[in-house]
Amino acid sequence: MILIGTWLLGVLVATPSIALALDSTTPHRSITDTRFDWPSWDNIVRVAMLRDHNTRVVVLGTSLLGLAAGLVGTFAYLRRRALMGDALSHATLPGVAIAFLITGQKNLTYLLLGATVTGVLGVLAVLAIRQSSRIREDAAIGIVLSVFFGAGMALMSIVQSTSDGNAAGLNQFIYGKAASMVRGDALLIGIAAIVVVVGTILMFKEFRIVCFDQDFAASMGRSVLSIDLLMMGFVVLTTVIGLQAVGLILIVALLIIPAAAARFWTDDLKVMTIFAGSIGAVSGWLGASFSALLPKMPTGAIIVLTAGALFLFSMVFAFRRGILAGAVRHYRLRRRIALQHLLRAMAEIEERKGGPTEVASNELLTMRSWVMSDLRRLAKRATGSGLITKKSWSELELTKLGRTHAQRVLRNHRLWETYLIEHADIAPSHVDRDADEIEHVLSEELINELELALEAGQDIPPSPHDDDVAVVAGAKP
Amino acid sequence: MMDWSWLIDGWIIAAGAGAAMACALPGTFLVLRKMSLMGDAISHAVLPGLAIAFLVTHSRGVLPMFLGAVIVGVFTAVGTQVITRYGKVESGAAMGVVFSILFALGLVLIVQAADHVDLDPGCVLYGNLSLIPLDAPEGGIPPAVINIGLALLLNIAFVCLFFKELKICSFDPQLATTLGINANLMHYLLMIVVAVTTVASFEAVGSILVIAMLIVPPATARLLSDRLGMTLILAVVIAAISAVLGHVVAFRGPVWIGLDPSVSIETAAMIAVMTGVIFFLTLLFAPRYGLVGRWYHRVKLALQIVREDMLGILYRWGERRPDEAFLKDDLMKAVGRGTLARVAFGSLQRRRAIENAGDNRIRLSTAGKDAATKLVRDHRLWEGYLATHFDLPLDHLHEPAERVEHYISDDLSQQLKEEMGDLGEDPHGRKIPD
Repeated sequence: MILIGTWLLGVLVATPSIALALDSTTPHRSITDTRFDWPSWDNIVRVAMLRDHNTRVVVLGTSLLGLAAGLVGTFAYLRRRALMGDALSHATLPGVAIAFLITGQKNLTYLLLGATVTGVLGVLAVLAIRQSSRIREDAAIGIVLSVFFGAGMALMSIVQSTSDGNAAGLNQFIYGKAASMVRGDALLIGIAAIVVVVGTILMFKEFRIVCFDQDFAASMGRSVLSIDLLMMGFVVLTTVIGLQAVGLILIVALLIIPAAAARFWTDDLKVMTIFAGSIGAVSGWLGASFSALLPKMPTGAIIVLTAGALFLFSMVFAFRRGILAGAVRHYRLRRRIALQHLLRAMAEIEERKGGPTEVASNELLTMRSWVMSDLRRLAKRATGSGLITKKSWSELELTKLGRTHAQRVLRNHRLWETYLIEHADIAPSHVDRDADEIEHVLSEELINELELALEAGQDIPPSPHDDDVAVVAGAKP
Repeated sequence: MMDWSWLIDGWIIAAGAGAAMACALPGTFLVLRKMSLMGDAISHAVLPGLAIAFLVTHSRGVLPMFLGAVIVGVFTAVGTQVITRYGKVESGAAMGVVFSILFALGLVLIVQAADHVDLDPGCVLYGNLSLIPLDAPEGGIPPAVINIGLALLLNIAFVCLFFKELKICSFDPQLATTLGINANLMHYLLMIVVAVTTVASFEAVGSILVIAMLIVPPATARLLSDRLGMTLILAVVIAAISAVLGHVVAFRGPVWIGLDPSVSIETAAMIAVMTGVIFFLTLLFAPRYGLVGRWYHRVKLALQIVREDMLGILYRWGERRPDEAFLKDDLMKAVGRGTLARVAFGSLQRRRAIENAGDNRIRLSTAGKDAATKLVRDHRLWEGYLATHFDLPLDHLHEPAERVEHYISDDLSQQLKEEMGDLGEDPHGRKIPD
């Protein structure tokens, strides 16, 4: 399944490139020219080194936006409010149109003010629908998102057919156009980003408590509602200032994706917040740069794709919770468990025969439900680690190291079995399977506890059930 | 704006209503299964499917488009599941990640292909409903309407064929599994149907309206009905009504609000607004789940309780001092004054349950006395019942009886009387009236 997952995600990345590649080789190219216009090297260098004033402004603006979105997104993500941002951002459109209809000019401050008003109304509408009816939150979000957006589109069509041409730029709020950002816009984003960053740092402790334990926060005398409102306020602020650069459809991605990507790398909220902010900022930077190179492309989409690539990378390769790391850990654990099973089986045979002895692989085969090829591979690995010696397949013997190890596993197994029988009141015939799984993960402290509870000595307790039972429970009949 | 012409506006309405009805069917199940946002996600995510289909085939053939959309639609569902399970990301956020990435990808691809396609970012959002009739061959049916019609038929067939399975899977997936229904398969079938419907409607109404049509009419129907079959029918009807109203308002609206007749409103957007308006009205006025209805019942009940409390007070006063009328002001004070008290008092006067005794005093009329007698009898019987059966101390009897007395029906009252026999007095030693 993991492989399939990775593959599917690979397809997600590969499909467009294949489509484009196919496209560029097709003979139709001359008629329907879909060639990709690669920017020149000079151009790339100029943008990367931020030589143009305009590029500097845009890159600074979008990076700050990404930073702010990453920070507030972290808390929205942990509060499971990720998609609330979607309703919020779609609900800003009617506000933009109304502000334009009232003022008749494209003054960014008024437009964003309008956006804020209807955006907040949208969020309130979601909450009201959820509170007052049997409609659940997911449907409430969908309703608000589509109806507000529809209203926005209807107003936009009025705007476009009444005003003569000077409303042309309003559509950039839908898909975003960072390239048209001027100094004042970047300044606005910058101020808002600073507010969000400073606010988050100051309120970090409060935000953390509210995210992880609301009741605790309330018992500490903090007003959960006001902290929540502040958090939502930051989300609204970030969304509204992001409209121009990323567009209202995709701004939600900038809230969710960096936070979700950062989550893969760490369990520490502080680190996660910093990571999310950084991923957001890097996405903003790269996205704006790409979009400066490819002026035809919608900036918001490029920024989101950059963030998406970082997300996929994090999901697969993150050390902490990434899929690959998880798979490796899982694989290692399985190997260790298999090895310990082999060792324990040999220790049990030695115990039955009354002392250190050579064991044949055929004998081992009856101990568990394993097949000869697996068994031999295991034995080879154990030989390689110096746990057993092998003269031939019928003459396997534990080394001194291997015997210590094997006896410890066997002892853990027996201690747990005894514990289950004496303290959990489980029938002796049922404890073997359970102990079989737990023996590998018993920690030092736990063993000490078990010894105390069972008043056990340092020797290996005898099997609490018939050996026949052990064979039946764990092995082939 | 041009004049109304059935040849043009008829087709626009047919396309809009058809798309709305087709969406409402699978949408009902999305809403029931708390997967509304999956509809949102898929309608965003089919975009790259369409773009890739176009870039690969260089045509706007129906089949490749459907195929592309279905693949990407299923991919969205699978991708969300993979990220949720293997990435341990919460499912809402996982959905957000998948669909926003896919939508961004679709946008980039479409812009790349935009020079020679009429699939431009604008029409992605709100379609080009008003242009549909222009595609029609001389006197024939516009191709978009045919696609929408096919999708509608497909969805009707889907719902009819799998009604039982869909129903069980929506309400109890575990039960479905034990009954041998493959709940997972039904899930993906539903996703495919959503994707196909989305594509069919996409060209006409755009992606955002598809979300409105998938979610809003079914949610509205949920407020009106508890039965699945009825919900489906209502959702379809509401969808159709929204489409018709939407077009009429978009067509005539500017004139109504005094704008120049040349102003045009996007029909698709107006249909979305209409679904919202109908939802809002339903939210307020639905007979059973509507806010106004619920509020009305609550106020009615509160009034009844205050009224009965007043009767009870007057009766008890009359027991102790049969000759003295009660001060109106004391009565108002006893029930907490306020608007509710005033309205309740007025309503008692109108019912002639109380009469004026002059000097700002009042007393029960004969009719009022009858009603009050029943009330006090129920109260005291209940106290007696509690004392006999629940072993409560004397000072704990009045409170519960005070609350219950308003809800004791004639039947229950009769039963209480039979059960308690001829008690004569309540536990406090007061007479139980007949």
